[in-house]
Amino acid sequence: MNLATDLCGIPLASPVLNGSGTFDAIAARRAFGDAVIEEFPFAAYVSKTITRHPRAGNPPHRLWETPSGMINSIGLPNPGLDDFLTGILLEFTRLPVPLIVSVMADSAEEFAELVEAVSAVSGVAGIELNVSCPNVHSGLIVGEQPVETEALMKALRPLTDLPMIIKLTPNVANPHEVAAAAEAGGADAISLINTLKSMAIDPANGRAWLGAGAGGLSGPAVRPVALAQVRAVSQAVEIPVVGMGGIDDAESALDFILAGARVVAVGTENFRDPRAGINVKNGLEGALGRRGFASLADAQASTLS
Amino acid sequence: MPTERPQAPFNRRDCRVAESHAAGGYRIFTLIDEEGPEPAPGQFYMLTTSGAAPGFAGRPFLPRAISVARVTGSRGSLRLEFLIDEVGPGTVQMAKLGSGDSCGLAGPFGSPFSMPKELNPDAVGAVLVGGGIGIAPMAVLRRHLVSRGVPTRTLLGFRDQAHSGGVDELFGCEETRLAYEDGSSGHRGYVTDLLLQILTGDDTGGAVIYTCGPPAMLEAVRVLAAGHGVPVELALESPMACGFGACFGCVVPKTGGGYLRLCVDGPVVRGDEITTAMAGEAAVGVEKDVRTRSE
Repeated sequence: MNLATDLCGIPLASPVLNGSGTFDAIAARRAFGDAVIEEFPFAAYVSKTITRHPRAGNPPHRLWETPSGMINSIGLPNPGLDDFLTGILLEFTRLPVPLIVSVMADSAEEFAELVEAVSAVSGVAGIELNVSCPNVHSGLIVGEQPVETEALMKALRPLTDLPMIIKLTPNVANPHEVAAAAEAGGADAISLINTLKSMAIDPANGRAWLGAGAGGLSGPAVRPVALAQVRAVSQAVEIPVVGMGGIDDAESALDFILAGARVVAVGTENFRDPRAGINVKNGLEGALGRRGFASLADAQASTLS
Repeated sequence: MPTERPQAPFNRRDCRVAESHAAGGYRIFTLIDEEGPEPAPGQFYMLTTSGAAPGFAGRPFLPRAISVARVTGSRGSLRLEFLIDEVGPGTVQMAKLGSGDSCGLAGPFGSPFSMPKELNPDAVGAVLVGGGIGIAPMAVLRRHLVSRGVPTRTLLGFRDQAHSGGVDELFGCEETRLAYEDGSSGHRGYVTDLLLQILTGDDTGGAVIYTCGPPAMLEAVRVLAAGHGVPVELALESPMACGFGACFGCVVPKTGGGYLRLCVDGPVVRGDEITTAMAGEAAVGVEKDVRTRSE
């Protein structure tokens, strides 16, 4: 079965991407060798989030296991824009799939700098905007506020011809309103969900376990929440939706497509199985057939009753 | 030439359990890996069991990072022996595995121990310091060094007899010096007492130290080694989700700022790469969680 599709003009051999920050292609190549490149697990590669300046990330502890999931509090460690442009970005552009660069900033000015710099590099197919960070001017988390979100998109839209995908936080009551505002501001696609705000208590001393106090929940534990939000958002916008949240096999990936996502992303499952993306893709034909779809396009076009 | 780091097959593969038995208060179980390369000493695997452990509310979810304790056979039919202590849902499930069962395996991962001359061109011998469950990588390293003719002294420390499983089997009758905190055998006290005797008694100019064990022991060894100007490599532990650099969860602060990922920059690090070994706290967030255990 032909699983080829596209995401706002980016051609994809299958509808399976990775969630940002859940697969380090360079570290994976070090661990597994060239097999990772020859059998690259995703139809497009979404980079770990890059910020203007280097970040070391949060102090340990950074992980906590939950039933059917985990909490992470990583804190977006990255080399910063300058080193990214001259270093790992060049390695990413040599991957055999389209590259989507994830960026985050705490002001529209810094976002603009990131978007312009990344757009100037040949081999970048798209930009994902991580808007789960407070704006230094307003103190508000951009992705939680429709007004802030639309203003940011309008500021960035003239700066690039590349598709801009906005990654939404699930920690809001109205994700569909934020998504509609992003669309009105010029976003080309919506991706969701990011992790659910959560925490863990250290059984040894009764204090917060994570070094940063709180973190984000991911894995199959969040899948029903993610499905509901993907459904609500895809009904509210015309632009395509990248659905994610606890996808661990082809059946759960297809659930997201039926909820309204055009393509999906695998995140936490990559930690459990480095071939998770391949397994999801390879299982899609069977999953589509079992649910009576003749093609991926049929499933993408279907609407839940 | 730096010690070569074998690369893992790009997969998580189901491996047959050949054998499992109690060893003191621990268990040793053996997997047959038909695909992977022989691991270098210090490397680890990610092990995945199926099903939830009773009393642990749906866990384990993540694979568990476990150092290999002995490797026999050759590529195509490697026998990997793991020393495990049932401290949480992952190891509880592993302990249930018996001959003929299957266990998910990914790896080998991580940085291996260096050979002594890579750490000190004048090295003439190695001192291995292991504690508790941390004796596993010391057992692999000891065999590796001895088979290459490196004079090796081994010091092992345990809380008590119940926490010294595997010592006879993994180190056999080879010459080792033991310390028990409860005085039930060997030296009464800490294994670092034995290390201090060596560091103060000998000409240590040609020595290199390797160590693995609980954080407090590692930190004591790191400080002693630094104080005597002896190179040291430590195998650290941290909560870890993936084992191959994807999650950025397994970090420890590195000298000069920032963090090392123990799965790709470690688990073996030089003493001067870190400011403290205490940060590499046992993998509590992923594995140990006695509070939720109702058994």
